[in-house]
Amino acid sequence: MKVLVPVKRVVDYNVKVRVKADNSGVDIANVKMSMNPFCEIAVEEAVRLKEKGAVTEIVAVSAGVAQCQETLRNAMAIGADRGILIETDVELQPLAVAKLLKAVVDREQPQLVILGKQAIDDDANQTGQMLAALLNWGQATFASKVEIEGNAAKVTCEVDGGLETVSVKLPAIITTDLRLNEPRYATLPNIMKAKKKQLDTFKPADLGVDVTPRLTTLKVEEPPKRKGGVKVADVAALIDKLKNEAKVI
Amino acid sequence: MANLVIAEHDHGSLKAATLNVITAATAIGGDVHVLVVGHNAKAAADAAAQVAGVSKVLLADGAAHAHQLPENTASQVVAVAGGYTHILAPATPHGKAVAPRVAALLDKAQISDIMKVIDADTFMRPIYAGNAYATVKSSDSVKVITVRGTAFAAAAQSGGSGAVETIAALGDGGLSSFVSAEIVKLERPELTAAKIIVSGGRGLGSGEKYREVLTPLADKLGAAMGASRAAVDAGYVPNDYQVGQTGKIVAPELYIAIGMSGAIQHLAGMKDSKVIVAINKDPDAPIFSVADYGLVADLFDAVPELTAKL
Ligand SMILES: Cc1cc2nc3c(=O)[nH]c(=O)nc-3n(C[C@@H](O)[C@H](O)[C@H](O)COP(=O)(O)OP(=O)(O)OC[C@H]3O[C@@H](n4cnc5c(N)ncnc54)[C@H](O)[C@@H]3O)c2cc1C
Ligand SMILES: Cc1cc2nc3c(=O)[nH]c(=O)nc-3n(C[C@H](O)[C@H](O)[C@H](O)COP(=O)(O)OP(=O)(O)OC[C@H]3O[C@@H](n4cnc5c(N)ncnc54)[C@H](O)[C@@H]3O)c2cc1C
Repeated sequence: MKVLVPVKRVVDYNVKVRVKADNSGVDIANVKMSMNPFCEIAVEEAVRLKEKGAVTEIVAVSAGVAQCQETLRNAMAIGADRGILIETDVELQPLAVAKLLKAVVDREQPQLVILGKQAIDDDANQTGQMLAALLNWGQATFASKVEIEGNAAKVTCEVDGGLETVSVKLPAIITTDLRLNEPRYATLPNIMKAKKKQLDTFKPADLGVDVTPRLTTLKVEEPPKRKGGVKVADVAALIDKLKNEAKVI
Repeated sequence: MANLVIAEHDHGSLKAATLNVITAATAIGGDVHVLVVGHNAKAAADAAAQVAGVSKVLLADGAAHAHQLPENTASQVVAVAGGYTHILAPATPHGKAVAPRVAALLDKAQISDIMKVIDADTFMRPIYAGNAYATVKSSDSVKVITVRGTAFAAAAQSGGSGAVETIAALGDGGLSSFVSAEIVKLERPELTAAKIIVSGGRGLGSGEKYREVLTPLADKLGAAMGASRAAVDAGYVPNDYQVGQTGKIVAPELYIAIGMSGAIQHLAGMKDSKVIVAINKDPDAPIFSVADYGLVADLFDAVPELTAKL
């Protein structure tokens, strides 16, 4: 069984982004970029399925600027077998990404696509579900456990109030939650090996996909700043503040 | 303009998140209709019809909707979508599973997690874990939207006079099936609706300590209980206690952060609380930079003392 894992290049989760002075966006020049943490979890899960013998080939895909190659190499260092870059400088929105991924699925015919549940830059939480809709496949979102059982995947999903287990018929879409696994670190030999793995590049036009954005960002602002408050000396002072100043208890 | 709100419900009743979405729909303007997709869900539909501002409730009631599988729910939404300019769902796990599917089937973009309606095409939403707010304008003829509950007041549960109209329920699409669920029954207020939240982090050290130290305080305050991801990952509490970028977004009157450092991913989930209290033994912990009242102390001394003196 072949698995496709879309991976996104995002601002590293340790970076606190700053809004540009002209409110046109956030300043991502000279900022550390990394693979979206949920995508790392997706790659790791695919590798574990391969190690268990349920999967034979893992193809990582990234859509975006040329530097997404680094993200693909990173995925291949964790264990993906090859990479596909869909190169564009156009700002990609989830529907466009889903259409590009559908075109790749049509070519590659995987039985499973594992995506991150959300990307930590735009926090959209859409792409996997959109891809599932475009393919008319089943979807299991916010997965915390995945088992392949014959021609179905049994997936435990994080829902309000707890967990829900569903069985999705293959081919299917799975999106990862944080507790699905802890991604391994890529070892130096694997990083070296990844450099030699196959990486194919396409343009959106090669795939026949129109990626024109549907949403325009009019402005990006800093959220209202919380003023740091005061330190209180002891528990009695805290209770006094809560009762008499904030009046919340 | 006409808005269709996808109800969040458990068949027998309407979930609170629906009420916030109805307020967002009202802010957009035009008719507000609610779609209830379920099985034996007449009670939920009747409840929706009572909500102030709702003029019509569509009820799709069928066995295929017993477990509200997102594939079937999305097909049902698309079947009635014609004529609506805005389709809205809460930004809950269910809403997030269904809405993008609806958007893609309609070939429309989705606007996720809106916090403010600027006009019928323009919305404000958080990006980068709430470190920036983007104002985005949609050029699509139909807007598919998920709504951040804490950003909109709940609509009144009475005063409405909507009519309930039963529509044909679609059959099962056969793409997925329900296996089992483990839902924890909470004795306390739900996190996203609570007035006071007592929240604990890795500083508690264990699940036993979390319960032993925090439960009496939460009981005394009638509070809901939350946690950091570190506390959830370490198994102190179940996953749905998690507050943050990838957990629940909360905005209570009072948030008491105990033994947690205040990572940006955690702050993303609670920094809109009215009053924040932090108890941490490290005077340099980042949580103090957002706390209205900070107490530098060992939590194992301070929290029992606080509970006793309240
Ligand atoms: C300069 C700049 C400006 C931007 N402006 C906007 C804007 O105005 N409006 C806006 O909505 N967005 C904007 N974005 C972000 C936008 O391009 C997002 O990438 C897009 O909206 C996808 O959202 P998401 O990644 O949050 O999707 P999600 O649905 O949260 O992503 C989930 C998963 O989908 C997969 N995935 C997503 N994107 C890719 C990808 N490119 N390649 C491979 N897999 C992928 C990954 O597995 C990911 O974990 C901007 C980005 C940049 C760099
Ligand atoms: C993609 C991604 C998404 C994430 N999403 C979330 C999210 O949604 N929510 C979330 O919470 N985190 C999230 N995280 C994790 C986040 O980065 C932090 O790791 C986490 O919030 C830390 O939890 P903590 O504050 O409990 O633990 P720590 O950072 O370890 O803090 C423990 C604190 O307890 C204090 N302490 C210890 N002992 C005592 C004592 N006896 N008395 C008083 N104080 C004491 C210490 O001084 C310290 O400040 C995410 C991370 C990533 C990468």
